[in-house]
Amino acid sequence: MTFAPTPSLPHSPPKMGEGERRAGGGWGLDHRATFRWLIFPPFVWLGLFLIAPLLLMAAFSFRSDLRGDLLQVWTPTLAQYARLAEVGSYWRLLGISALMALGVAVAAAILAYPLAYFLAFHGGAATGLYLVLLLVPFWTSYLLRVMAWKLMLGTEGVINSFLQYIHLIEEPLPALLYNRTAVIITLIYVWIPFAMLPILAALQRIEWSLFEAAADLGARPFHQFTRITLPLSLPGVFAAFFMVFIPTVGEYVTPILVGGSSGSMYGNIIQDFFTKAANWPLGSALSMIMLLATLLFVFIAIRLINLRELLE
Amino acid sequence: MNRNRAIFPLSIYYFSLAALLYLPIAVMFLFSLNANTSLSFPLRGLTLDWYQKLFASTPILRAARNSLVVALGSSFAATLLGTTVSILYLRYQFRAKNLLLALAVLPLIVPYIVLAVALLILFEVLNVSRSLLTVGIAHSVVALPYVVLIVGSRLAGFGSSLEEAAMDLGADYPTTLRRIVLPLIYPAMISAWLTAFTVSFDEFALALFLAGTQPTFPVYLFSQLRFANRLPIMIALAVLLMIGTLTLVFIAERIRRIK
Repeated sequence: MTFAPTPSLPHSPPKMGEGERRAGGGWGLDHRATFRWLIFPPFVWLGLFLIAPLLLMAAFSFRSDLRGDLLQVWTPTLAQYARLAEVGSYWRLLGISALMALGVAVAAAILAYPLAYFLAFHGGAATGLYLVLLLVPFWTSYLLRVMAWKLMLGTEGVINSFLQYIHLIEEPLPALLYNRTAVIITLIYVWIPFAMLPILAALQRIEWSLFEAAADLGARPFHQFTRITLPLSLPGVFAAFFMVFIPTVGEYVTPILVGGSSGSMYGNIIQDFFTKAANWPLGSALSMIMLLATLLFVFIAIRLINLRELLE
Repeated sequence: MNRNRAIFPLSIYYFSLAALLYLPIAVMFLFSLNANTSLSFPLRGLTLDWYQKLFASTPILRAARNSLVVALGSSFAATLLGTTVSILYLRYQFRAKNLLLALAVLPLIVPYIVLAVALLILFEVLNVSRSLLTVGIAHSVVALPYVVLIVGSRLAGFGSSLEEAAMDLGADYPTTLRRIVLPLIYPAMISAWLTAFTVSFDEFALALFLAGTQPTFPVYLFSQLRFANRLPIMIALAVLLMIGTLTLVFIAERIRRIK
């Protein structure tokens, strides 16, 4: 396959049909020949930086320790998984993290629904502006937004110091921080605008004529909502749920920021084994469990609801 | 319409939620102008000191520059690769087609902490020292699905008849891509690029593991969080970055409107 520009030659009238078209100027590659140049970059990139690392991690989870060369051949062992199976606290934390993510995702989707409803049906000409207004905070530093809340809610924070300054309270209120509830509330708060997007998209696709028909047939607004709006927007609600649930299970940053030691999640033990504890094989085994659990969850979800319908 | 009765409580809900979203940003802005180092009331008068100190603080500026470099590089790579995936998926028939799409959206499903440690292992095994390049690679992978979704839906929006016409008139396929397909999908590509850029710019979970000795802005910020007296300078930078990003988003939105 030559990559050099071919001289523009007078060509015979092209025949119709796939794969038989004659090349004109440029590189002279027809539809099929171009394929070879397009197919390699994504496969190479994703193979090298997505699949290879995950496979390596899987391999590391079957190592007994990290002694010796990183790339040495080792006898596969189930020692890490055996250790993992014995420690109940890992499994409990995985369960707690999944429950937290479930709660966060359900709450974010429910709280986002009225927002999406407002934008879809009552935004009028300002809908675009209302939408941008909700999304702008997403483009500011997440760490600093959470930090700002910490500073507001802490015992010496803005709210306490302000209330003391105006002599409404004498003693600072206790901080709302460093537990699981703080982590859950923070996550719900940051996800709401994000969860709103797929719901809004679903609501905007509903045909107005359906409401008109329902009204003509005597349906009250409440029934219009329960019989038309809600069922037709459910795919968007499910999409919102997954868009929040999946990243939340693997969350480890928010627990560090507002959770403290009693608010940690499964991601935090993985982080610990790769940093402080430096036990990569055990950390890899923990990661494998999380990866497989997530993949299994998504697989079941795809079976249960028609994802293609959600994406269109 | 008798639906109007619902407007009032809904708009109250909308505006109170919006207020909650902006409260921390307003607080940040206020304290970037506050003369006191500790973030508490009463405010000690207005000052631009923190902004001045910011421009004298090399590590902070370097961290911001690092974030910019990583975001530019990774969003560029993600846009190119994602557009390629979209074209392959929507304009070709081949056996590995569904595999390609599955691979391209897999980063949406793999938890960031798992991808972070997996890439950490890969780079250690390959003996690649951690740098902006390793962060950029990770970001290009996680931004890829967004590009595929955005560009793909645009490309699916018009059939291949224009391309067929161009090729019937004698254009080869690369020329057709350049002259027909790219002009049609470039608004989506810009919007995808911007999404990839913002995904990368504030990304922390992957960068913490992969940045090594070259911290991006969130990583540097994280390392400084426990030094309260450094915080106002960070906040000043965050305010400037926010204004910068907003401008960028505004411009991109104007471009995207071009249909």
